[in-house]
Amino acid sequence: MSEPRIAADAVIELERQYRFQWEAAQQSHVLLYPEGMIKLSGSAGEIMKCIDGKTTAAGIVEKLEQAFPGNDLRQDVMDFLEVAHGRGWIRAKQAG
Amino acid sequence: MDEAGFVPNKPAERKISNPLWLNAEITFRCPLHCIYCYNPVDYARSGPELSTEDWLRVLREARELGAVQLGISGGEPLLRDDVEVMVAEAHRLGYYTNLLTSGVGLTEKRIAAFKEGGLDQIQLSFQDSTRELNDFLSSTRTFELKEKVAKLIKQYEYPMVLNVVLHRLNIDHIQAILDMAEAMGVEHLELANTQYYAWALINRDQLLPSREQLVRAEAITNQFRTRMGNKCKVYFVVPDYYATRPKACMNGWGSVFLNIAADGLALPCHEARMLPALTFPNVRDHDVRWIWHESPGFNAYRGDDWMQEPCRSCPEKTKDFGGCRCQAYMLTGDATNTDPVCDLSPKHHLITDVTAKAQTTGQPVTVHPIVFRDDKNSRKLSEKSQPETTPVG
Repeated sequence: MSEPRIAADAVIELERQYRFQWEAAQQSHVLLYPEGMIKLSGSAGEIMKCIDGKTTAAGIVEKLEQAFPGNDLRQDVMDFLEVAHGRGWIRAKQAG
Repeated sequence: MDEAGFVPNKPAERKISNPLWLNAEITFRCPLHCIYCYNPVDYARSGPELSTEDWLRVLREARELGAVQLGISGGEPLLRDDVEVMVAEAHRLGYYTNLLTSGVGLTEKRIAAFKEGGLDQIQLSFQDSTRELNDFLSSTRTFELKEKVAKLIKQYEYPMVLNVVLHRLNIDHIQAILDMAEAMGVEHLELANTQYYAWALINRDQLLPSREQLVRAEAITNQFRTRMGNKCKVYFVVPDYYATRPKACMNGWGSVFLNIAADGLALPCHEARMLPALTFPNVRDHDVRWIWHESPGFNAYRGDDWMQEPCRSCPEKTKDFGGCRCQAYMLTGDATNTDPVCDLSPKHHLITDVTAKAQTTGQPVTVHPIVFRDDKNSRKLSEKSQPETTPVG
């Protein structure tokens, strides 16, 4: 995949047709889209929770490092965002 | 359902999974008269429609069980004036809600209310790219209206989802259909070849394309898909008559899909009411939890104890669950038989005899003229099917 790298200062938002929510019946966070559902892992769910259409990629890393202190999460979070972007779940708006 | 979506059950396990998809066929009334409609041919004698309160209760009960995708369909769902109420409640409950409509009745006032209420998606159906064939196939004059509705859907910032049912009479227009989709800014395009149930089974001789037609249409669609890339997701559903293995119908019986019909009948698929050996429950008499977990109808073909050979000993039974029970019943007379689409079925000739006839060019030789889906024809067909249809539970 030659997806463009997501810049640290890019604002991350969910693609329009996806909805992110907690599903009690699945005991997991899910992404809902037309005619389907993606079950997210625990860590993917935590990252998606931080996506609000206002926070930058760097801001998401920061939020998570505050929530889970003592961990260097930058690489994991950025890797996940790349994958999510590649699959069309999220949009990255470049600053400026 | 999308393969990236729901994980199918392992049929060998008796543990019952949650329903994930609720399809609410809120009315059988329809201004269109499509010759391939999957509504029951005897819909005209189905009981009265569920009330708004009944539907809101069904939404709540199914959501409690884990259903998360909601389809509001019909008939034409917009013929009911309480869709707005259902949409708002569905959104509150956390459903991802999809309205499946011909577009007839979708005014700006209504679409604004749907947006406000939290409707997630509108799937618009077109019968063909030309006014003449669209109007002929649906036996109405709706083409221009649908074009207007497509603009409204865009204006209200919904993803543009278009469904076109393909068959012998329109499949050669595939390039024009794709051009139309592109011009409309379609983001999801579902090109669904007709499946031969209900009205489409009656009109099968007229609707089944030749293999050559199908191959050509798929090749043209693939070029379009490559050119459009991520701009438009294209689903091309092949008719199972040209397959050698059956479809994993509904991801397995009573596995993820729950259909509630206009009259309240709860079914594991759109078509199951035709199966004479089974009685299905009505949501007027039972709650959804009992229906899903306990009712004999929903348990009838769970697991694989019911299977006959060649399915019973087939390693592929965990993949396709023996295909479609309704198709097995319609074509072989016994719903526990292998779906005859499978070339391992001893009755596979029931399919190949039909496809062989469809290879001629031009109009096929038919035994009767096209039967449009309307009340008059439905009443006529109800009389015919009376002795072999299941009473409403």
